[in-house]
Amino acid sequence: MGKSKKTLLLGNAAIALGAFHAGAKYGSGYPGTPSTEILEYFSKYPDVIAEWAPNEKCAYEAAYGASLAGARALVTMKHVGLNVASDPFVTSVYSGVNGGLVLVVADDPGMHSSQNEQDSRHYARLALAPIFEPADSQEAYSMMIEAFRLSEEYDTPVLLRTTTRVSHSSTLVEVDSVVQTEKTELRHYAKNPQKYVMVPANARRRKQVVLERLEALKHYAEKTPFNYIEWGDSELGIIANGVAYFYAKEACPEASFLKLGFTYPLPKEMIRKFACEVEQVLVVEELDPVLETEIKALGINVWGKELFPGVGELTPEIVAEAISEIMKVTGRKAYSIGWVSRNFNGEIPPRFPVLCPGCGHRNLFFVLKKLRAKVMGDIGCYTLATNEPLNAMDTCTCMGAGIGEAHGFSRVIQTSGEKVVAVIGDSTFVHSGITGLINAVYNRGNVLIVILDNRTTAMTGHQPHPATGKTLQGEATYELDFEKLAISCGAIYVKTVDPYDLDETEKVLKEAYQTPGVSVVIARRPCVLYERTEKGYYLVDVDRCTGCGACLLLGCPAIYREGEKAVINHDLCTACGACTYLCRFDAIFKAGGDA
Amino acid sequence: MKTESIIIAGVGGQGNIAVSQIIGLAAGESGFDVKITETHGMAQRGGSVHSMIRFGQKVFSPLIPKGECRYLVALEYLEGLRWLEYLSTKAVILVSTEKRPPYPVLVGKAVYPENIDEIYRKFGRAFFVPAKELAEEAGSARAANIVMLGALSRFLKGVSAEELKSAIEKRFAGREKVIEINLRAFEFGRSFLEVKQG
Repeated sequence: MGKSKKTLLLGNAAIALGAFHAGAKYGSGYPGTPSTEILEYFSKYPDVIAEWAPNEKCAYEAAYGASLAGARALVTMKHVGLNVASDPFVTSVYSGVNGGLVLVVADDPGMHSSQNEQDSRHYARLALAPIFEPADSQEAYSMMIEAFRLSEEYDTPVLLRTTTRVSHSSTLVEVDSVVQTEKTELRHYAKNPQKYVMVPANARRRKQVVLERLEALKHYAEKTPFNYIEWGDSELGIIANGVAYFYAKEACPEASFLKLGFTYPLPKEMIRKFACEVEQVLVVEELDPVLETEIKALGINVWGKELFPGVGELTPEIVAEAISEIMKVTGRKAYSIGWVSRNFNGEIPPRFPVLCPGCGHRNLFFVLKKLRAKVMGDIGCYTLATNEPLNAMDTCTCMGAGIGEAHGFSRVIQTSGEKVVAVIGDSTFVHSGITGLINAVYNRGNVLIVILDNRTTAMTGHQPHPATGKTLQGEATYELDFEKLAISCGAIYVKTVDPYDLDETEKVLKEAYQTPGVSVVIARRPCVLYERTEKGYYLVDVDRCTGCGACLLLGCPAIYREGEKAVINHDLCTACGACTYLCRFDAIFKAGGDA
Repeated sequence: MKTESIIIAGVGGQGNIAVSQIIGLAAGESGFDVKITETHGMAQRGGSVHSMIRFGQKVFSPLIPKGECRYLVALEYLEGLRWLEYLSTKAVILVSTEKRPPYPVLVGKAVYPENIDEIYRKFGRAFFVPAKELAEEAGSARAANIVMLGALSRFLKGVSAEELKSAIEKRFAGREKVIEINLRAFEFGRSFLEVKQG
């Protein structure tokens, strides 16, 4: 067998390489699974500027600015991030670009790491912007290059939408030998208020331009090689996009296929032609019936979402079942799938992710629980503390939501005098907590905001942010000071504590909680995976341990019960010492390190 | 050749992704089409993780259809149990004997299953490997994942042990000590099963 010249690339790595080979000079984004690695890979290429922005709106605006200056620019985010960035995005489609601008948005069908499974393809339709949907790393790479070209040719921002199974799958990529080196020069910027200043009179004219552009893009959709037909049996025709195409191909390789890689605007003529040539048409797409609805509007009768579950990602088996159902209903030949799933009905204990041993968040929540307060939560590692035994929060909605929720909650129960708590991570606070703090102070709320400051964006893999003093490309920079910020926003009580000191943390939290108005406590302890300071580990003195179980209330995975006694797994223990505060029998002692 | 499908199951931090990338690299070098899908993000905080690797003339779905997985590698003793319904009838199951009790077990809210060996044996040809001990002998407990890869190499069709070893060298390029330990761990895993089978 001949040696392959292809490279095995993660989908996100292929997107970054495509952007680089397309000559992109600037990239911005905010970390979010499954999109995070794109910008990290991109940042390592020579002569590019790559930046983590405080949030997706800032990222999009910065990338748009780079495009106006004449550079090809990339902006990356997860699906919910596009909610944040949607304001500049939608209007920038009116204004158009100078250098090519590609917005990569990563959806998460099945919610592997997300709070919802919204379908970003709606944003293409909302903003009237073209969208590519790669099915594997090869397409991710090739479509990135084409998306930049298209962006400049049609003078529009372009969406590239991936899903978890495209972003986090590795497949072989044949890399273009010709890299667009001519793109290293910035395109000329010319002042053009009619195009770039979206006051109503200009915007009305630009809306017309958008509609004309959309007409032109309909022709592009018919001829782009990313939309193509593979003729097979005429009994079943499958229209599919993204990785769902491969699930369908796995389930029924004999069928005819219309594979859509450029999905807004749709190639209506191609769809009509395909539908005419096959007896049954099945649309296979993850999440919402976006293609299905538009194809039905063409007057074409198709099978679709009635055959699929409304929640979660697709699999080859789910597609196979849908195909069997069609064959059963229509009495046509049955395709033989031949997969026989085997049953195992035994009990397997679940293994959920947990806060790491030595995580400062655990200590903070343990102490906070004593206040018996309502706690509005947020997005980050600390959301894991919602599980037993900490049961730490009442809500988790979106980035920054906790502070706003706590404020509104406090306002309507004001007569009770009860203070409401909001917990928020450092990166999340910078993302969208600051305006919430300003709102709470301005509107005289009764809120305690706890900033869980672990000095990094931990959940997505330790990205720097504006309060870390480091940039994505490793430069030193100004370090946002939470204390000064909170004071200047008008918080009445501001204090920083180390959550490894449980007594001091409890004292400060109580003070802050009892002070009427808006108080801010910064619980600062670097992420233990990022920067472990304590040496050695702790052990349990079995003679002193009474088996009372107090230490188990922390929910530390390094502490467990063996018979009547508590045991510390010294392989996992990071010597944070939190359990020593809980033990009333002095049964926990330090060992190893400087003990 | 029919598409070969492998599941690597384990706990976050056990080197699941490294093993799948090494197999993928070696399969690509052997001229096959390859697809790998992995767990990233949330599952890393001590949760269950898995990778699916598929290679052959032409691979469509990165997800393995249930009933199509020929090789299951469990980097932790019970983690393989979660994937039994994916196994084909002639599956080879390689299980590390290392136990990491999940949190509900540690606090007495659930029990670590018994008779795990028998369960695995009902689903295929199961082999149990003291991967952690062999890895320690090879120079680092962290190489337990590569011990399991060595064990897998006894059975894997289409990708040779030589290709796997050269993929290990590529994966850890520039870290001579790590390569040395991992190549030793690979051999330990491979020869452990030779002794066992003989």
